[in-house]
Amino acid sequence: MNIDALSASIVDGLMIGFIYGLAAMGLTLIFGVMRVVNLAHGPVIAVGMFAVLLLAQNLGLNPYLGLVIVMLLGLATGIGMYFIAVHRVIDAPELTTLLATFSVNLMIIGIGTVLFSTSPRALDVSLGSVRTGAVTILGTKLVADLIAVIATVGLYYFLYRTRAGKSVRAVANNRAAAELMGINSTWILALSFGIGIALAMGSGSLLATLFSFTILSGTVYEVKSFVIVVLGGLGNPVGALLGGIVIGLLEGLATISPLPVGWVPVIEFGVFVIILLVRPTGLFGAR
Amino acid sequence: MSALRTPFFWGLLVLLGGVGLLPILNGSDSMREDIFLVLMLVILASSINIIMGYTGYVSFGHIVFFGLGGYVAFYLMLNHQVHFVPAAVVGGIVSSLIAFLLGIPVLRLRGAYFALATIGINEVVRSFVTNFDPFGGATGMFFNYEVYNGYGGSKNALWYAYYAILVVALLCAVSSLLIKKSRFGLGLLAIREDQDAAQVLGIDPARSKVLVYTISAFFPGLAGAIFFFKNGIIEPGPAFDLLRSIEALVMVMLGGYGTVAGPIVGAAVYEQLRAFLITNSTFSSFHLFVAGFLLLLIVLFVTAGLVGWLRQRAPRLRRYLE
Repeated sequence: MNIDALSASIVDGLMIGFIYGLAAMGLTLIFGVMRVVNLAHGPVIAVGMFAVLLLAQNLGLNPYLGLVIVMLLGLATGIGMYFIAVHRVIDAPELTTLLATFSVNLMIIGIGTVLFSTSPRALDVSLGSVRTGAVTILGTKLVADLIAVIATVGLYYFLYRTRAGKSVRAVANNRAAAELMGINSTWILALSFGIGIALAMGSGSLLATLFSFTILSGTVYEVKSFVIVVLGGLGNPVGALLGGIVIGLLEGLATISPLPVGWVPVIEFGVFVIILLVRPTGLFGAR
Repeated sequence: MSALRTPFFWGLLVLLGGVGLLPILNGSDSMREDIFLVLMLVILASSINIIMGYTGYVSFGHIVFFGLGGYVAFYLMLNHQVHFVPAAVVGGIVSSLIAFLLGIPVLRLRGAYFALATIGINEVVRSFVTNFDPFGGATGMFFNYEVYNGYGGSKNALWYAYYAILVVALLCAVSSLLIKKSRFGLGLLAIREDQDAAQVLGIDPARSKVLVYTISAFFPGLAGAIFFFKNGIIEPGPAFDLLRSIEALVMVMLGGYGTVAGPIVGAAVYEQLRAFLITNSTFSSFHLFVAGFLLLLIVLFVTAGLVGWLRQRAPRLRRYLE
């Protein structure tokens, strides 16, 4: 095996891993705070892709500036989604919340296919590339990774240093006790859902700067996010970033391994099921 | 077996059997196809209800057993010229066996973890079969028309498939009733309400859950075998289609979670509704949206489903409506 190909595939895998991690972070945050598996995660990522595309096409907005607007939109959408679809069933058994979020999934895909059809779209962004030896790094990927890292740090700063963030952690820990301490848990849950959706839509916007996409593209990343979230420990945002990097590396290395590419999902999902069975708190789980 | 003497049992048999006999009596091909689909959905929804409605374990990826049964039976029919009835039975048994082996570790998980694991299992099997050459890999397997000659031509084979699905649907519905009304079923309902309390009362949750999971995998395995025999072609995508699994969950919720009649009513109503939305000119392009919206309304406001709602509203009906 030649060392150039190896380093190129490792770098490539690492770089995409950060973005996978960011995509999974929204899912894991929502689960961590309210024990809801958001089955609308994939379509929400796709909405992020289309939102940044529309902003760029119609208003001529730079995609990275568009990203900020998309994330703010995501926050509002998420809060709305929480009150419409989740709030009423927040204490019901898992099946109910799974189906409630799945109904949102159906509605988004339903409207999306009517508005945008399922033909592929692409966002035209080019930031040149950096070359070091055999490894070429696309500028867009570098910027996307940088943003993913900033978003993770930002999320941590929010959760550990701000009053609202501390309330989110308190509600995740014990909702009844948090309410007794004077925290309005309804708003905190809505806020957490909003942040989760904002992260998902943001990752969608970043993915749109890298690959072409359709309204159904989100599903691929949703399933990947499940794997990543379980790897990193359900409810653990930093674990999600690490899990994303592991999956990115795995996919990168698979391109040069003797194993046919088709077997990669078998390994990914095999690992997923085994980790669920052996260590449901995830590889990087704290408890 | 006292459940077999209740009015509900006879009502179920007469109603389901009666609808099933309609296309046989008037010999209509289009009606046969419609009812075939509804009966298949009844099997999928009822078997998911057996594990999910009674035990509370949300088997999101239950379609994996449909695909497995289909693949095993198809392989036997194509490569070993096995008649389709024994092939389907083997398909069902293999599905059950795999559910048994998987169930031992996976059913230890609770709540969302179990639901995610079943999705994972479906994806593992789907991507495995996509790469598995004896099963035709990504392109799947298909019959030559000669295969149907053993059944008196392809037209007759369609009728055989229909009789088979009708028998399996009746078996599935009756099993669902027998399980619910048995001591074993009461144990399952206790596990659903509170697993730890059930254990204290002398129920062995691990054993009950694995057993019921094994049973609930048998019927989808048979249904898969029959469906793909009729189809003449099997591919990984349609065989392990997670969306179909979720649709079956929706039918269970629509009809009534944990009731015997619920999944049957749910399957029939859902399929009628879907057909209406797709063919209706105003709704056709929005049918997914409308389906999602209806699902949300049910989940938020009619949690017990149609049958559950009736049972709550009219306590007198409970004797006749399980």
